[in-house]
Order: sequence, then C-alpha cells, then structure tokens
Amino acid sequence: MSDHQHDHQHDQHTDHHDTVHHVGHVITYVIVFFALVVGTLGTYLAAKVDMGAFNAPVALIIATTKAFLVILFFMHVKDSSRLTKTVVAGGIFWLCILLTLTMTDFLSRVWH
Amino acid sequence: MSPAVSDVVVTEQYVMPEEHYINSDTSLKSWLLTVDHKRIAILYMLTITFFFFIGGFMASLVRLELLTPAGDLLESDTYNRAFSMHGVMMIFFFLVPSVPATLGNFLVPLMVGARDLAFPRINLLSWYIFLVGASFAVSAMVLGGVDTGWTFYTPFSTTFSNSNVILTAVGILIAGFASIFTGLNFIVTVHRMRAPGMSWFRLPLFIWSQYAASLIMVLGTPVIAITLALVALERGFHIGIFDPKLGGDPILFQHMFWFYSHPAVYIMILPGMGVISEVIPAFAHKRIFGYKAVAYSSIAIAVFGFLVWAHHMFIAGISIYAALVFSLVSFIVAIPSAIKVFNWSATLYKGSIRWNTPMLYAFGFIGLFTIGGLTGLFLASLGLDVHLTETYFIVAHFHYVMVGGMVLAYLCGIHFWWPKMTGRMYPELPAKLSALLVFVGFNLTFMPQFILGYLGMPRRYHAYPPEWQVFNVLSSAGASILAIGFLMPMIYLVWSLKYGKIAGPNPWQATGLEWETSSPPPTHNFLEQPIVTSEPYNYGPKEGEV
Repeated sequence: MSDHQHDHQHDQHTDHHDTVHHVGHVITYVIVFFALVVGTLGTYLAAKVDMGAFNAPVALIIATTKAFLVILFFMHVKDSSRLTKTVVAGGIFWLCILLTLTMTDFLSRVWH
Repeated sequence: MSPAVSDVVVTEQYVMPEEHYINSDTSLKSWLLTVDHKRIAILYMLTITFFFFIGGFMASLVRLELLTPAGDLLESDTYNRAFSMHGVMMIFFFLVPSVPATLGNFLVPLMVGARDLAFPRINLLSWYIFLVGASFAVSAMVLGGVDTGWTFYTPFSTTFSNSNVILTAVGILIAGFASIFTGLNFIVTVHRMRAPGMSWFRLPLFIWSQYAASLIMVLGTPVIAITLALVALERGFHIGIFDPKLGGDPILFQHMFWFYSHPAVYIMILPGMGVISEVIPAFAHKRIFGYKAVAYSSIAIAVFGFLVWAHHMFIAGISIYAALVFSLVSFIVAIPSAIKVFNWSATLYKGSIRWNTPMLYAFGFIGLFTIGGLTGLFLASLGLDVHLTETYFIVAHFHYVMVGGMVLAYLCGIHFWWPKMTGRMYPELPAKLSALLVFVGFNLTFMPQFILGYLGMPRRYHAYPPEWQVFNVLSSAGASILAIGFLMPMIYLVWSLKYGKIAGPNPWQATGLEWETSSPPPTHNFLEQPIVTSEPYNYGPKEGEV
C-alpha cells in the first residue's frame, strides 16, 4: 500500500515536472520565434540603409545569429549529448573550410 | 602454392540452407517493403545496373560518333546531350551508389556482426528516394536530355542552355538525400552495432573505407544539393548567385560544385579500395601488410580530399596564390593512396596466390588505378594542367580512376561476394575471360585518349581534325570489346542463379564474420550472436596445421 502511495506521488511529481518542463519549452520556443522575426525585420531594415562596406557583414551577422538560434533551440542541440554537439561542430567546421578556401581565391584574385 | 590452400574452391558437396533471406518470403510486397539490408542491397543492385546500361548506351553513341572526324552521326547539340546524360547517369546514378548501396548495404552489418543496419526503415526510404530522384533524371532524358555536361557549369546552365537543366538538377538533388541516408546509416552502425570483441582495429578494412566514404557523403552531399538548387533558382527566378549581371560570381559555382564533386571521386573510389583490401589478403592467403596504415589512409583520403577541389579550376581564372596551395595539397592527397597500393603489393610477397576472377579484377584495379592516380599528378601541376585540362587527357585520367579503378573494384566485389549473396558459384572460365576482355578493352579505349589529349584534342566536341582519327578508331574499337566484357557477367551471373555450384558458407577460405554464416545468410544474418576473439585477416596456420 505504501509502495502504491509512493508510486502515485512519484507519478504526480513526474507529471508536474513534465508539465513545467513542457511549458518552459513552449515559452522558450515562442521567445526564439519572435527573436527570429525580429532578425528578419532587422535584415529587411538593414537592406534599406546604405552602410557601405558594412552592408554584407551586418546582414551576415544577423543571418548567422538566426541560424544558431535555430540550431540550438529548434534542433535541440543545446540540450543534446556531447557527441551530437561534436557532430554539429564538425559540420560547421566543414562549412568554414568551404567558405575560407573559397575566399582565399576571391580575395587574392588579380583581376577584380 | 601452399598445400593448405586449394585452387579448386568448392571441394565439398554443400546443400543450400533451408531458409535464408531470399526465400523467407517470396511475394513482391515482401521485397518492396523489406527492411532487410541484404534485400535492399539487391534492389539497389538491380536499379543501378539499369542506369549503368543507360549510361553505357550514351557512351556507345559518343564512341560511334567519334569513329569519323566529321560530325556525321549526331548533330552537335545531340552529341552534347549524349555525353551529358552519359556523365549524369554514370556518376550520380551508378558510381556514387555502386559499392556503398549494394555491397556496403549487404556487407556492413554482416562484417560488424549485426542483425541489420542501425536504421532499417531509413535504408528502405533511401532506395525509394533514389528511385524518385532517378525518375526525374530519366524524365529529363526522355524529354530531350540536358546538354551542360555532368558539371552544370554556369553561366551556360543558368542562362544559355535550352535543355532540361532544372529537371535533371532536381533529380540529382533528391538522389543526394539517398546518399546521405546511406552514409548516416553506415556511420551509426559502425559506431553502435559492432559485435562483442569487434574493436575498431579488428574491423575489416572494407568497413574502414565505407566509414570514410560515409563521412564524405554526409559532409559533402548537402553542398551539391544546395548548389544545384541555386542553379535552378537563378535559372527559374533570376535570383543572382552566379550571374555577374545579377551581382553573382560564376566561379563561385565551380567552388561549390567541386567542393562536393572532387570528394565525390573518393566516395566512389574509397569503397572500391575497401573491396581490394578484402580480396588481396583472401587470394594471397596472407594477413594484409600494414593494416593500420591502410585504415588511417582511408580517413586521410576523406579529410585531404576536401582540401583539393580547386585543382579543377586552374584555368577558370582563380587566384594564382590559391592555386598554388590547392596544387600542393593535391600532391599530398596522393600519399595515402600510394600507401594503400604499396601495402597491397607488399601483401602479395610470399603469399599463396590464387588466380580466381576476383583476384584478376583486383590486379587490374591496382595497375589501372595507379595509372589514373599518377596522371592525376600531371593535372595537379599548375603549368602542365594549363596544357592538358579540358582535353582528352583528363577524360582518360578520370576513366582510369573511375572505370579502371571503381568499376573493376565493383566487379571484383560482386564476384567475390556473389557466392555469399546467392549461395551459388559463378562459372570461373567465362568470368576470367570477361575480366580479361574488360582489361584489354579498357586499355584500348582509354590509353589512346591520353595521347589524343597530349596532342591537344579538346573534349566535348563531336568533330575533330582527320589526323586524330586513328586514335579515335582504336578507342571506339576498345569500347566495343569493353562492352562485351561488361555484358558477359550479366549472362553468366544470371545463369549461375539456377545452375551454379552450391557455394557453401566459405568457398574462398576467407576470414571475416560474413564467411561464418550460411550462404545465403538467414534473414537476421547470424543464428547466434558472433563474438570476435582474433585480429582481422588471420590467415596464419590454424592449430594443428604447423
């Protein structure tokens, strides 16, 4: 009987914990969603302003921030295992190889 | 010849196991909805064989046209479509999935001692996605084909071509997901599903090579998918990515395309190297020389293979400083390939060599891949590349690696594991004859193309000056011999399904977990969980034989 009571209390506790956790997740997703919307508006507004040499960097910084928000929260990498984080970091590192070696060509061409 | 090793492979009378993965359920539905990795391997094998013959038909048109200097069989536009569809079909729908999706799917779980791949349903999904992608490409072909070459270079593909670029690109994009799923499945299976005792350095070298190729599939394939999607977007909606008039950079396309497509050469060749690493020790009856060096070479090829792509672009107008770096790294990537070739050769030293068909193909691979690899160094040299690139030299180099290397390795693997897959032996005499025809026909086809390229004949033209005809006739004659060599296995392998001698579990007296189960294996591969207690390639004398 006491075991049963204990299990019942435990189940209630777990349900309560899951509900709080779930609500916490929903709030986080909503915040991230609005952050992404703000980022999109920011990209649009930044495109309306001529910042000279900063046009591309500003757009890229906003885009990269948005990408990281998606990876960390919507793709659950923030709460994933170290192995998953390593795999994601590997993918980003490989993207950096593509971008860096391509830019070594672009930035050192003699015929711009 | 060691007295312990017999030339006559099947000496005992075996009977087929009562139930195995082929006869466990014979309905069409059971095949189309199967999640058994062995059946999916067979489905893939049938599919890619179909595309191999479509690609082969296109190659026949090209070689027939080039018999004479004048463009008298095909119009220039039709010729462009023929060589483009040859490239698209052979690369994206035969070579990339060839060893991984057929032999890899069949063997990876067997070799690591698992019941199946980590994600069996994703494995089946991979085949269906491949079919969807392929149907797009075939539709494009039926509707008139594509004329950009398999490389889809901009601005021709985005602005000027009037062929089915978008349809073909979408087909390749979709098929790319099949490749990613296969790679993902192999990586997770090797990490998580190895049998007890199967440590990393007890893995067969075929697994190491599949693992390395899988890393490339997962890391590189998304880039080609995105690149072709961008081509479609620019072509369809004039979004400026590659067109300078729209603010784009045409050389950016080549960077993105080759970031995948050069490593893709290693997706194709690494699994082939894995096949050779299994066959050489089995037919030399000797432990492979330098196991760890060969294993690490696979990983080194996968990593360095990602750093060399711009050697395809030396004449495209890229920075000379960047070109210097890419040239240097291209020379470095030759080192792990050379390590493998030297180690295979050293394995033969004092071996008890048997000249069965797989060994003939393996020897063909080593020689032809070496020629293909070494001529790659010509093209990695900045000055020489300016003269040779975009000529028939590059066509010959590429085919020495892809056909002389990869296709021979595929045929080698098919013959080696055919008894395991079907439970029956193929007939040895026609198989040896076919291997010989393939070797002779191949060299007659492509060796003259090295000379043509050196003499300056550009690729992708349907007409040429008359003084080059003799080499083109030799090449076309070789292609017809090669075609017979490729058709023969179709006949005798099908024949062997009914009339071949029953193979028994281990007809080659080879090591490896796949040879410890029945042929064909049961649905779940092993009747009991295998436990690995010894090193791989343990071909030393057994207890009581010394």
